[in-house]
Amino acid sequence: MANFTLNVNGKSHRVDVDPDMPLLWVLRDTLNLTGTKYGCGMALCGACTVHVNGEATRSCITPVSEAAGKKITTIEGLSLNRSHPVQLAWIAEDVPQCGYCQVGMIMTTAALLKAKPKPTDADIDEALGEHICRCGTYQRIRRAVHRAAKSGALSPAPAKRPAKRAAAGGAR
Amino acid sequence: MKSLMKSAASRGAAFRLRSDTPTNEARSVNAAPLTKVSRRDFLRIVPTATAGLVIGIHLPRIAQASPLFKPNAYLCIDQMGIVTVIVARSEMGQGVRTSIPMLVAEELEADWNKVRIEPALANKDLYGDQGTGGSDSIQSLFTPLRQAGAAAREMLIEAAAKGWNVPASECRARNGMVEHPPSGKRLGFAGCVEEAAKLPVPKEPKLKDPKEFRILGTPIKRLDTPSKTDGTAIYGIDVRVPGMMFAMVARPPVPGAKLQKFDEPAAHKIAGVKHVVRFGESVAVVADNSWSARQGRDAMNVAWDDGPNAALSSASIEELFKQTSEKGGVAWRKDGDVEKALQSSKMLNTVYHFPFLAHAPMEPQNCTAHVHADSAELWAPTQVPQDVQEAVAGAIGLKPEQIKVHITLMGGGFGRRLFADYAVEAAQVSKAVGAPVQVLWTREDDTQGHYYRPASYHRMSGGVDANGWPLAYRHQVVSPSIAHHHWSSYKDGLDNVVVGQTMWLYETPNVHLEYAMANTPITPAWWRAVYTTHCGFATECFVDELAKLGGKDPYAWRLKLLEGNRTMKVRRTEWSTARLRNVLELAATKAGWGKPLPKGRARGIACYPSFGSYAAHVAEVSIQDGAVRVHRVTCAVDCGMHVNPDIIAAQMESSVVFGLTAVLHDAITIEKGRVQQSNFHDYPMLRIHEMPVVETHIVKNTERPGGIGEPGVAVVAPAVANAVFALTGKPVRRLPIRAEDLA
Repeated sequence: MANFTLNVNGKSHRVDVDPDMPLLWVLRDTLNLTGTKYGCGMALCGACTVHVNGEATRSCITPVSEAAGKKITTIEGLSLNRSHPVQLAWIAEDVPQCGYCQVGMIMTTAALLKAKPKPTDADIDEALGEHICRCGTYQRIRRAVHRAAKSGALSPAPAKRPAKRAAAGGAR
Repeated sequence: MKSLMKSAASRGAAFRLRSDTPTNEARSVNAAPLTKVSRRDFLRIVPTATAGLVIGIHLPRIAQASPLFKPNAYLCIDQMGIVTVIVARSEMGQGVRTSIPMLVAEELEADWNKVRIEPALANKDLYGDQGTGGSDSIQSLFTPLRQAGAAAREMLIEAAAKGWNVPASECRARNGMVEHPPSGKRLGFAGCVEEAAKLPVPKEPKLKDPKEFRILGTPIKRLDTPSKTDGTAIYGIDVRVPGMMFAMVARPPVPGAKLQKFDEPAAHKIAGVKHVVRFGESVAVVADNSWSARQGRDAMNVAWDDGPNAALSSASIEELFKQTSEKGGVAWRKDGDVEKALQSSKMLNTVYHFPFLAHAPMEPQNCTAHVHADSAELWAPTQVPQDVQEAVAGAIGLKPEQIKVHITLMGGGFGRRLFADYAVEAAQVSKAVGAPVQVLWTREDDTQGHYYRPASYHRMSGGVDANGWPLAYRHQVVSPSIAHHHWSSYKDGLDNVVVGQTMWLYETPNVHLEYAMANTPITPAWWRAVYTTHCGFATECFVDELAKLGGKDPYAWRLKLLEGNRTMKVRRTEWSTARLRNVLELAATKAGWGKPLPKGRARGIACYPSFGSYAAHVAEVSIQDGAVRVHRVTCAVDCGMHVNPDIIAAQMESSVVFGLTAVLHDAITIEKGRVQQSNFHDYPMLRIHEMPVVETHIVKNTERPGGIGEPGVAVVAPAVANAVFALTGKPVRRLPIRAEDLA
């Protein structure tokens, strides 16, 4: 057992757990953030996907010690009131059936669209190929990903511009 | 586990999966009486603020005001005009939490934007049997829910009319308002509820003419979609109760195995582990988190005496099937003289083999239980709340009415949640430790949990006449009997579900259908589409072989032999060849049957009646790098009067994926008594890049509603196999299709 400080959805949490405990179970059982799901425990199904420093990460195989000190985003912190373009697209396309896998799909898609705002079908296959939907909503998922991309609400972070310098000696 | 099933079997009213449905529209075993619910009853049945859950878990929004108007068990309206529909079926993705309120809202003339839902607690007195399965929910609730909405509508109209001092016959309800067109007066439901609550409930409310439907038949968005996109939807595994612990159970790995020894102190060395509980031949490790419970279980090095089934294997089961086939079974249909006809015709004999299949829902089995001295409270992702009450009561020495069951959302059901075993586990462990406990299964536990779609063996024979048309058809089904295992309701060697799901509507003078029961120690389970998944596959694949034998196109063959507008009664359902033919034609036409395809591609077709509906699929397939690639599946379905066409399309898409996964990927195999598969690396699921384009075409008619969750599963597999047959010339007789079958 050891103490870790986890930054989850912008809040700091101190937890006292086994360093090997997967982040998934710390989130679900220690912090009661049950939005992130357990499906396989072997990173084969994607249901446990969270963002760690912005990258889609399978929390079921990420030891908590590795996640400590990094910025963790779970579905609970993805947006306020389901306002993320991916969530809006999922609702517009009525994607979920049982819904259990969908949080993972949404988290991976959100990360994908940040990196590739206009993904091809091959990009979608690659990113979401690690996910399983037993209810078979893949056709709608694909439509929703394209819809979210089309909405233009997602774009890569703008390149940093050099700060404007004040004119020497002049008042601004 | 067996004793649990027996106790479930011995009770009176059994939940029956309807593989066929009676034709009488008024029939409904599940209809709740339209009685007034007292306020106290209402407060008891609605999980007010879902008592016991930790703050911070988002709860489905229930009406802020206390409901004033509760004419029956299915709906209530508060003084703000919010309509709450109580959903007394389990939501597992098939959309009942939307289709059920649609049925009520239509007749009620509710404003859909003011409709909310509340999941029912287990309560047989109020709701009848809440078992969800057999694609039965809409079939059995279509009329009772409409009646519930219509009765409330009439009461609201009467209340408003009274207040206006006008005849009720001059008033109407429209979109949440009562209106009196002659005077232009209008009043929202909120203004009517107080008066309506004083009125008697009409016993025979007038139902709307389907031509007037504004909600039913429209692709309304699902009510539960938003919560499934933001993590607020609570599944069984997400339930959190104050003071709760988590348990993982070591269960016999071989049916009938006995617990030999386990290192209990080793479990306690794991931080977080609180208890180790033995019950029956299982042992649970209870901890303050799921992961420590699992670590504790692993640490115990549980050893088993494998018991009488230590030598059980897929090969030994196949041998049993062969021998059973040779012994013969019981025929339920004997038209003409098949043996004689076969001798005088060009003949074909084949055998089809099917493996055991696991359900593999994304949410593994789990249940949270809190057992007290004279009551218990459970949060169960279950398709059978009454069974849970009975089984848990039996296991812990209470009465069913002392068991409160919250029916949670579930991450897939597919028939696995028709068994109360995991709920019993949770109750037993909670009782032992005197605290709330969530038993959860790992993916490995779930894959190896022994409840499977039974394996089977089908011996088929067919003969064609000089013109190439079938003269004789013989189908022997060799398989374990699910009904026999769970209810002992199997009679005289026949399993009624097998009978209802092994269909032959094609015009053939000599037909012999036979069932030879072959039970194994593996628990046979209801699995989405049940026997149609192999009986339907064998039938529809054999059709293509028989068609080829007679030199006929498989589509033309089916079209011709479904002519004549015939009906056939199988058990309590009257099946229509015209409806099957129609749906076949629709699929073929939309798929462009007969039109040229790119080189290396072929089409396969299949059609089948099941669960009250008719489905036909055309699959477009190629073989690439020694593997089957399905490009497109065109689905046509006739499910009678339908509630939500978008949900129907979703179910057809879902059925395609479910069926394809079985055709292409999966088998549960047994060696030395143990299941050899464990997780998604050796029991793979279809993934996004394997998804074909799926189009759904829904027949519009006013026939009695049929089911939609399962009918598509039976037809996708043979459609694909028939396409493979067309491509390679080799029939597919064993699933899953392997590379060597294609060479």
